[in-house]
Amino acid sequence: MEYEIVVGLEVHAELNTKTKIYCSCKNEFGAEVNTNCCPVCMGLPGALPTLNKKVVDYAIKMGHACGCKINRICKQDRKNYFYPDTPKAYQISQFDVPLCENGHVDAIIDDDGNTKRFGITRIHIEEDAGKLIHDDSFEGSLVDFNRSGVPLIEIVSEPDMRSSADAKAYLESIKSILQYIGISDCKMQEGSIRCDVNVSVMPKGSKEFGTRVEMKNVNSFNGTVRAIDYEANRQIEILEKGGVILQETRRWDDAKGMNFLLRSKEDAQDYRYFPEPDLLTINVPEERVQELKDSLPELPNHMILRYMHDYKLPLFDSNLFMENPDKAELFEECMAKNNCEPKNVSNWILGDISRILNEKNIKISDTKLNAENLCSMIQMIESKEISNASGKVIIEEIMFTDKTAKDVVNEKGLAQISDNNALEDVVKSVIEANPKALEDYKNGKTNVMGYLVGQCMKASKGKGNPAILKELMEKHLMNA
Amino acid sequence: MELYKKSATELSQLIKNKEITSTELVKATLERIESEEKSVDAFLAVANEKALEKAKEIDEKIAKGEKLSPLAGVPIGIKDNISVKGMNMTCSSKILENYIPPYNATVVEKLIDNDIIPIGKMNMDEFAMGSSTETSYYKKTKNPWDLSRVPGGSSGGSAAAVADGEVSISLGSDTGGSIRQPASFCGIVGLKPTYGAVSRYGLAAYASSLDQIGPFARTVEDTALLFDVIKGYDTHDATSSKFNYGDIISSLHNDIKGIKIGLPKEYFSEGVDAEVKTEVMKAADIFKQLGAQIVEISIPSTDYALQAYYIIACAEASSNLARFDGVRYGYRAENLENLNDLYEKTRSEGFGDEVKRRIMLGTFVLSSGYYDAYYNRAKLLQKQLTAEYADAFTKCDLLLTPVYPSTAFKIGENIDDPLKMYAGDICTINVNIAGLPGISLPYGKGKDGMPIGIQLIGSKFSEKLILNVSSKFEEAVGGFNKVAVR
Repeated sequence: MEYEIVVGLEVHAELNTKTKIYCSCKNEFGAEVNTNCCPVCMGLPGALPTLNKKVVDYAIKMGHACGCKINRICKQDRKNYFYPDTPKAYQISQFDVPLCENGHVDAIIDDDGNTKRFGITRIHIEEDAGKLIHDDSFEGSLVDFNRSGVPLIEIVSEPDMRSSADAKAYLESIKSILQYIGISDCKMQEGSIRCDVNVSVMPKGSKEFGTRVEMKNVNSFNGTVRAIDYEANRQIEILEKGGVILQETRRWDDAKGMNFLLRSKEDAQDYRYFPEPDLLTINVPEERVQELKDSLPELPNHMILRYMHDYKLPLFDSNLFMENPDKAELFEECMAKNNCEPKNVSNWILGDISRILNEKNIKISDTKLNAENLCSMIQMIESKEISNASGKVIIEEIMFTDKTAKDVVNEKGLAQISDNNALEDVVKSVIEANPKALEDYKNGKTNVMGYLVGQCMKASKGKGNPAILKELMEKHLMNA
Repeated sequence: MELYKKSATELSQLIKNKEITSTELVKATLERIESEEKSVDAFLAVANEKALEKAKEIDEKIAKGEKLSPLAGVPIGIKDNISVKGMNMTCSSKILENYIPPYNATVVEKLIDNDIIPIGKMNMDEFAMGSSTETSYYKKTKNPWDLSRVPGGSSGGSAAAVADGEVSISLGSDTGGSIRQPASFCGIVGLKPTYGAVSRYGLAAYASSLDQIGPFARTVEDTALLFDVIKGYDTHDATSSKFNYGDIISSLHNDIKGIKIGLPKEYFSEGVDAEVKTEVMKAADIFKQLGAQIVEISIPSTDYALQAYYIIACAEASSNLARFDGVRYGYRAENLENLNDLYEKTRSEGFGDEVKRRIMLGTFVLSSGYYDAYYNRAKLLQKQLTAEYADAFTKCDLLLTPVYPSTAFKIGENIDDPLKMYAGDICTINVNIAGLPGISLPYGKGKDGMPIGIQLIGSKFSEKLILNVSSKFEEAVGGFNKVAVR
């Protein structure tokens, strides 16, 4: 039988606020163990939480970015359970009224920019737990409370995904939004995004979902793909053998590429949620909700699609611009001048300019590069006033000196030579200097042409117009 | 000079007048504690050296001519569920036998800022769960008027020490009557402030939405001064209020002519001893003589308050006390097989019966399938009750009621009958459920010679009026300040 996979995701993203959600301890990764903690995030008797308003702002931004309804009046609840990384034995979270609900993301699912809409059930705020440390060098386990109280948002999707590829596209959209609106660092290796995956399978075409299995401990996007494929296959195999899927929670082991039973439905925990009495009702003024909406930048997928549509750039380029706002800004300034081919501008920014920036480990703002000079240079290349090779010389100058592109062309005499007489001399001398190549050409190895034209460019110090040189070279070789 | 009979205000004045030093007072207090503790058992810990150090600092300030606050130089007892940095805090539970808080509760910071000297930690019912201080893991505090009787609870140690003249003032906490009832049993003054008036930061939570820290003293003036010190908004407590009380002290002796005092009929039910009702009615007459008008009031939902109270308080307690798990501090059981074993054994061995009873009750009412039937309905009743009080306060300024249906009972008399013990809270819990301020004032004695208390209840943030009316009453009866005699 053919099956359809149904996937829903719960993404936990750590927010990059300066301080924790309920105390003024620093929210930073990698500090010495148990140094960023206080009576509040250690859950000492008598300590009380006070809400960091930035966390609410950040979550509302995410809600807006996902087209959610914002519940500007909502409460926080206690989720009760025992675990050594949870010092109060409850997590402050949100139960029945999340800060944001009923949204969606439009994820890009192919190179042509086709999108698929995935529903978002809710986004709520909550606190992270501490971290257990297990090590062979000591007996038992230790707890580091630096992470305890780090602000999280939990983004719960609808069961709208039908493959692991869908899930990956969804996750990438969520990640780019989080990063783009600046509320999470999204460092997978630091665990700043974590994922619970719900998977079920049903006969293709069926309208009724199968029994769902929840998988915990999925810590990377590729891991998500593997975990979903593994779990779907596991379920299909059971069904094919006439078995039934049990509602259970399983733990994904990425190293082994398998999952293991964590607990069955009967052992499901009763979290005994109730309103957190130590905190007041959240009540964000309507004006603030609007202000946060207005403060949002263009959203990443919208931007990618706009670049693909308006500038005819491929997905690859558009995506790089989305990920690099400073480069996108330069690109758009160039586009505003409306005198260069967008793909040429993109190639320069994402090619040579990015290479130079990377080599020097600097940003565009650390250089003197501006749209005016860049466009003027690209235009000279497009009108064949200078060669592409000269551009590589010019770019370094306009990035690090006060010279204009034209200054550099004049100073270095880079103006492309299109004068046939001058270039004929170059061609002749190159042919004379390369008798072996001439011989090869005569023997039918026409591909030496490229080499010879290259030599001409070299001899003309990059100023020769390569098209004319090629034309002249062909003529001379035929006559030679 | 019998310093132990003096009020805190008088003692601080003696220090400022250089008739005694703070150090002398602390030494005298320590001596009094040492001799009296043999019979009363109010203290769990005494801070000898720290208190003397602090007294020395204060004496130096006095010598330099610094102007000090009204209660400066006076020792204070602190209920053992309030964090004092570096002092063992047990909440009278085995599970916290070795816990030493690394920080001060906000109220303790305020005491220190006002040069009031924490002298010890006071015995209480375990985690403030009880009405007799008998559920303490460590000791049974005796009522200083009759050592065979309980001092009330849960702040029994705080009340007994003040009544016995071991200290002139102390702090307690009140979740369902835990300040007012022991004040009544011990014949002293106890104020349960409006919810949010005093920061709870550093108070080990029993029921977060009902808990309030408040003062004990033998005079209204001391009560008012101590409340004045500890009240106020705290950035560490989201539920604390920014209410501005103005000057509470200068209005203490204002005329109260024309004030309307309501007698809510539900507080005078058959469950309340006749002698208690008689004293309350006699007190009403005194208020009348002071110019007050007495009106009858009804708070109909009172009949359901006890059930609602125990649901809300236990629900919150089950969550608040979950952190005592043996992982990070406090008692940890031995010979453990695994993590569950750690939790089960530690909590089974670390908590007493009353605490376990309430944790189980709270866990039950929050469980899925039962939440709506219990917790939600209790919260609805809380809303209804709050509205009924708001309505009552459109008809009168204060309510006058009994504090407890009887005088102090005998040690051991009720401890095996939790329902009877719970039922005793009937006159005090409404105040907590509705978040109101209430004060217990000593008035009259029962046939057994034990003190009786009357309660004044006000609308939210009406402490100034409550203290003013209480002060006038104190004047009218010729002053309270009685150290227990037996």
